[in-house]
Amino acid sequence: MKIVFSTEGESLESLLDTRFGRCSRFLLWDFETKTFTLIENSQNLQAIQGAGIQSAQNVINTGAEALVTGHCGPKAFKVLQAAGIPIYVAESLPIRELIDSFEKGTLLQLKEADVEGHW
Amino acid sequence: MKIAIASGKGGTGKTSLAVALLHANAERARLLDCDVEEPNCHLFLSHTVIGHKAVELLIPQVNPNLCKLCGKCVEACQFNAIAIAGNQVMIFNELCHSCGGCARICPHGAIQEFPVKIGELSQSRCKNEAELLTGTLEIGHASAPAVIKAAKKALPLQDVPFTLIDSPPGTACTFVAAVEDSDFVFLVTEATPFGLNDLKLAVEALLNMELPFAIIVNRIQSETNLITDYANQQGFPIWLQIPEDRHIAETYARGGNLLDVKPELKKVLRELLDRCQP
Amino acid sequence: MKINKPKELVVISGKGGTGKTSITAALAQCFSTKVLADCDVDAADLHLLMKVKSYKEYPFIAGHIAQINEEKCQNCGLCATICRFDAITQTDNLYKISEQSCEGCKVCVDACPNKAIEWIESQTGVWKETYTEQGLMFHARLFPGAENSGKLVSHVREKAKQYAVSNQIPLILVDGPPGIGCPVIASVTGASAVLIVTEPTPSGHHDMKRILSLTKHFKIPAYVIINKADLSDEFCTRIQETSEQFNSIVVGKISYNSLFTEAQLLGKSILEVFPDSNESKTIKSIANVMSHKMELQISRND
Repeated sequence: MKIVFSTEGESLESLLDTRFGRCSRFLLWDFETKTFTLIENSQNLQAIQGAGIQSAQNVINTGAEALVTGHCGPKAFKVLQAAGIPIYVAESLPIRELIDSFEKGTLLQLKEADVEGHW
Repeated sequence: MKIAIASGKGGTGKTSLAVALLHANAERARLLDCDVEEPNCHLFLSHTVIGHKAVELLIPQVNPNLCKLCGKCVEACQFNAIAIAGNQVMIFNELCHSCGGCARICPHGAIQEFPVKIGELSQSRCKNEAELLTGTLEIGHASAPAVIKAAKKALPLQDVPFTLIDSPPGTACTFVAAVEDSDFVFLVTEATPFGLNDLKLAVEALLNMELPFAIIVNRIQSETNLITDYANQQGFPIWLQIPEDRHIAETYARGGNLLDVKPELKKVLRELLDRCQP
Repeated sequence: MKINKPKELVVISGKGGTGKTSITAALAQCFSTKVLADCDVDAADLHLLMKVKSYKEYPFIAGHIAQINEEKCQNCGLCATICRFDAITQTDNLYKISEQSCEGCKVCVDACPNKAIEWIESQTGVWKETYTEQGLMFHARLFPGAENSGKLVSHVREKAKQYAVSNQIPLILVDGPPGIGCPVIASVTGASAVLIVTEPTPSGHHDMKRILSLTKHFKIPAYVIINKADLSDEFCTRIQETSEQFNSIVVGKISYNSLFTEAQLLGKSILEVFPDSNESKTIKSIANVMSHKMELQISRND
């Protein structure tokens, strides 16, 4: 199983980026191989709008089965929901810790967007 | 004639002036409030709403029977308004700029455009008999300029010599949409360093757009001030200066108008419009 | 090493012209350590009240625009007919795209049969790192006609935050943009607290209500300052009532006077020129209150 984290860093010690739409990259964690891949999200630094939707599209393209981030706006939520990808939220903690929490099932899953759309 | 009333800095008295101009020219002018994100001319004019017109934009819709989920539309959209998730194409109307690109690029003819409401133009008859039109952006829609352009196009074709356009403050794209193709622009500023700083930005924008303008200075403490210094140095016309007056501020705070306090300005405000004629 | 997240206090106004920037400049002097950010990228004024020592300027690139390559262009005019934004016109037999009107949709680029239209990065403004007597300030200027989506605002905040984190500075003080649209939203998301500077007038009250809905939605504590308070008792009361409805409190009232303008004309904040005035005392007490609310001990009055 693969899950994806929004982050600004480049390793498992890096902190979760609580913003989803404009995070610099995603860290894709593979539970089977116990390795990670970094996927850039930088085209969103260019986007004037719709960054959340673009990020969501990126997440879908990674093949991840779950997303861990800080907040999720309504449009991104819609896209991820349509793709069947559950969204979990957490504070800005090291990704290594969050992988652990995910396995233990202690992460909070969003039932709906928790922030209003914004730019 | 279309006369835009703009300002670099907010709070300089742009809306106040627009309303005063309408009062002074009620029989030959109408006012279009293009500050579509936060229109507030209506707060200062006794009026009765007589109609609404939807402001529409052509927004694409995907025919799922023809769509092959190829993703070319997602790639083409520069505004991230389209996504493909779970075997469906999702279009986010609020982000759509109505460029027509996705419909053009779809190799299967699966995308067609339909008019969708993105805002509203409401028409009111004021107590002074003049017409007030207010453009409002539907909440969440990205394209305020689209509403402004559409509101201007949707103006009822009436034979009113002057259309006054209250534009949004600043010099960003909403301001450009409101003032472009005007015949003349009044730039309202105040005699303070902030006022001067922001006036320069607005002047730069208007010079780029090759629009004729005149400066109106509000809240002056003396006839010669930093705005007059700047304008004289650059050769820009100042057509009116209004003195700082607590009474005016208090009246405004009550929803009243400049002319309530200074009725003698009516003649000047009529002349302002006359001067715009070539 | 634990990196403490800096607190961010954002000063906004809804309606423009309420005195937001003047008050922010005065507040800046009340905090001993802070980074400043002027997020009014459309018409930035905070630097006019700060003694600037030096600055570095950087281009801000956002999005793209289309540009016709005259050598490849065959004058077929297709681009002009399909452009929905009236950005392409013909003068003297040459087709040209107006930079200001180009929406950045790329339709003409894809449609041109001769691939004669280039898709280039668009510089829509500049951002600056400025050293002032009050510390480092980040600000920006959006070019006229550019889309003020909030992206440049986010960029300025991001730079300020990065600096604050690396230098362990506990407070970022933000002079926010006016209005209630995208730039404002971009300036307040994730803030620790918001100070709304309003005025007792119909539009002041109207816009304050909308701002309070916004802060409520983002779950950010909001506090209200009523500037020019003595212009209307009626609206002061209404503002107070609305604040209570939104669980916000009025932390200060400043009267209508010329001291702010007089100080501005000297290029200084009211605290520097009239430190013993009622207005300065009110601002100092507001800084004190905000310092405690945000759990910082950096108010000069602590």
